[in-house]
Amino acid sequence: MKPSLAVWKFASCDGCQLTLLDCEDELLTIAGQVTIAHFLEASSQVLPGPYDVSLVEGSITTSADVERIKRVREQSKVLITIGACATAGGIQALRNFGDVNEFRSVVYATPSYIETLATSTPIAAHVPVDFELRGCPIDKGQLVEVISAYLVGRKPDIPNTSVCTECKRRGLTCVMVADGTPCLGPVTHAGCGALCPSVRRGCYGCFGPMAGANLLALTGQLKTCGMDDAAVGRVYATFNVAAFDQGENHDASQ
Amino acid sequence: MTHRSRQLRVSSLARVEGEGALHVVVADGHVESADLQIYEPPRFFEAFLRGRAFPEAVDITSRICGICPVAYQTSAWNAMEDAFGVDVGAPIGALRRLLYCGEWISSHALHVYLLHAPDFLGYPDAVALATDHRAIVERGLALKKAGNAILELVGGRAIHPVNPRVGGFHRAPTARELAPLAEQLRRALDGALATVRWVAGFDCPDLELDYDLLAARAPDRYAIENGRVVTESGLDFPPSEFADHVVEHQVPHSTALHATLDGRRYLTGPLARYTLNSAQLSPLAREAAADAGLGPTCRNPYRSVVVRAVEIVYAIDEALRIIGSYERPDPPAVDVVARSAVGHGVSEAPRGLLYHRYELDAAGLIREATIVPPTSQNQAAIEHDLTRVVSANLDLDDAALTSLCEWTIRNYDPCISCSTHFLELSVERR
Repeated sequence: MKPSLAVWKFASCDGCQLTLLDCEDELLTIAGQVTIAHFLEASSQVLPGPYDVSLVEGSITTSADVERIKRVREQSKVLITIGACATAGGIQALRNFGDVNEFRSVVYATPSYIETLATSTPIAAHVPVDFELRGCPIDKGQLVEVISAYLVGRKPDIPNTSVCTECKRRGLTCVMVADGTPCLGPVTHAGCGALCPSVRRGCYGCFGPMAGANLLALTGQLKTCGMDDAAVGRVYATFNVAAFDQGENHDASQ
Repeated sequence: MTHRSRQLRVSSLARVEGEGALHVVVADGHVESADLQIYEPPRFFEAFLRGRAFPEAVDITSRICGICPVAYQTSAWNAMEDAFGVDVGAPIGALRRLLYCGEWISSHALHVYLLHAPDFLGYPDAVALATDHRAIVERGLALKKAGNAILELVGGRAIHPVNPRVGGFHRAPTARELAPLAEQLRRALDGALATVRWVAGFDCPDLELDYDLLAARAPDRYAIENGRVVTESGLDFPPSEFADHVVEHQVPHSTALHATLDGRRYLTGPLARYTLNSAQLSPLAREAAADAGLGPTCRNPYRSVVVRAVEIVYAIDEALRIIGSYERPDPPAVDVVARSAVGHGVSEAPRGLLYHRYELDAAGLIREATIVPPTSQNQAAIEHDLTRVVSANLDLDDAALTSLCEWTIRNYDPCISCSTHFLELSVERR
């Protein structure tokens, strides 16, 4: 019997599950190897669990979803989070550092209709996760690699280095050294293939912090490039805000 | 089964982007209500955009929607450039239009082949469709890939492009880099024309829209990346007057706000664009439309699949035209100097008009942000259609009626993540 694949959505933009549909060359091949048992964005056919591999997109932001992710975990042999929302809480985790009631009243005239938690948290804060795939959005090649690896029961080959290593491998000239452009490449988890430096832009951290990132040193360098404290604060506070916040203290003034 | 008292529930609506529910109440053979319940958790973009620097709006708002990030980026830079009095000039404007064509091709191919066609042909999804018609699904995937190829080459990434910015691009591609893309697009054009012929043969239920239509309009081209706002009822206003006509209000059953146009229900998206602007399509796209049996207007929402196919033809034709007359912008972006101001921007997302408004301070920090996505605007029209469709088909059994409701919702390619959001369908008959 073919292994079953399920795709689940929590608070997110749908971009990471769309990445699976963006595998135009591989999609029908993958669909031939697995039974797509639950993938609402792509199919109205829903098969009951258990599922061999579940891909989970999105962060946990409601009390109902706190319960739903537990049921997904119970039904899944392997649970893989896909993307910055599921892995780090996403940009909606900016609420963790603000006042969610005030946020709610800014967007909605009758805030009491809106049920939401004060925090946006990653899946791993609620249930055990077997593998976390980074990115905002995830990389197509890495997604195919992770699915293939789990289907045959091997470890995915996903490098745990920085964007700098990908940039060097592409032979790109360093935007920070050559142009003085602020770049998060030295502290950001590899995976995109150094997309921003390839268009002479500084990395802005879509894949979140790499393990052991030296944020303190980079913060000094960003300031040398002309960023003030507020700008440095903002550049870390985007799609992986909660992960960067948990990293080493990046405020060099302290 | 009795029409006087029936209850029908479907736990989730599939093949839409995002999460929500539908609740239809039928009592005494009369549809009491049809609520599209959007309960996808809110993400509060408008709240946390405050205090961010203006260039960040392009990267941050793209994360509202993975299906139409270029629409969000475009409406954002349109608003910023409006606020700061910036004119990027023709070469940058053309490159932006090329980028947006990529999103139209990719998003429309996704919807036509993977989300909508299974309704017409009675399959649960495109994978099942491929078991019987593999070549057709492969044609759709090739089209989608051609759109993504534009997004990757011009935008740097298909989802959440990294290359565009307020003022232009970080790096403009060379004419030589665009040449292989033109090759791929010429092949895709054949696939797009075949798509129009294919969907033109689909059997469509009858339904005639009976509300106003709203779309962007540009003087010299089929509006995509900017324009004034026009309606079928004769309104014609600049983006800065959008809020004078379109008012969003909250309803208890949805985390998306509902919009009305001067207090009335209206629709935005492919049907509105086609009906208002079809004369501006390229000759090739107009010919494809005529061969498919479309007149100058189209008011049957089920036929939106044909309009999307025609728009794919147009977007490929237009992308080839832009590449053919490409002049590499140098520099790739114009200087942008912030000032204290309010800016408005609209563009035509694949599923309809998307409005952004920003209030900025002298340092270029955002003081206030308002975003009106297409699906909020279309929600009331979708609910109205559902009421009519259920009323006219009460003789169907629950399963058939439910499928018809889901199909009806998919006519609008609702992007629920955009509007905040997930569809779960329940029909209560009592």
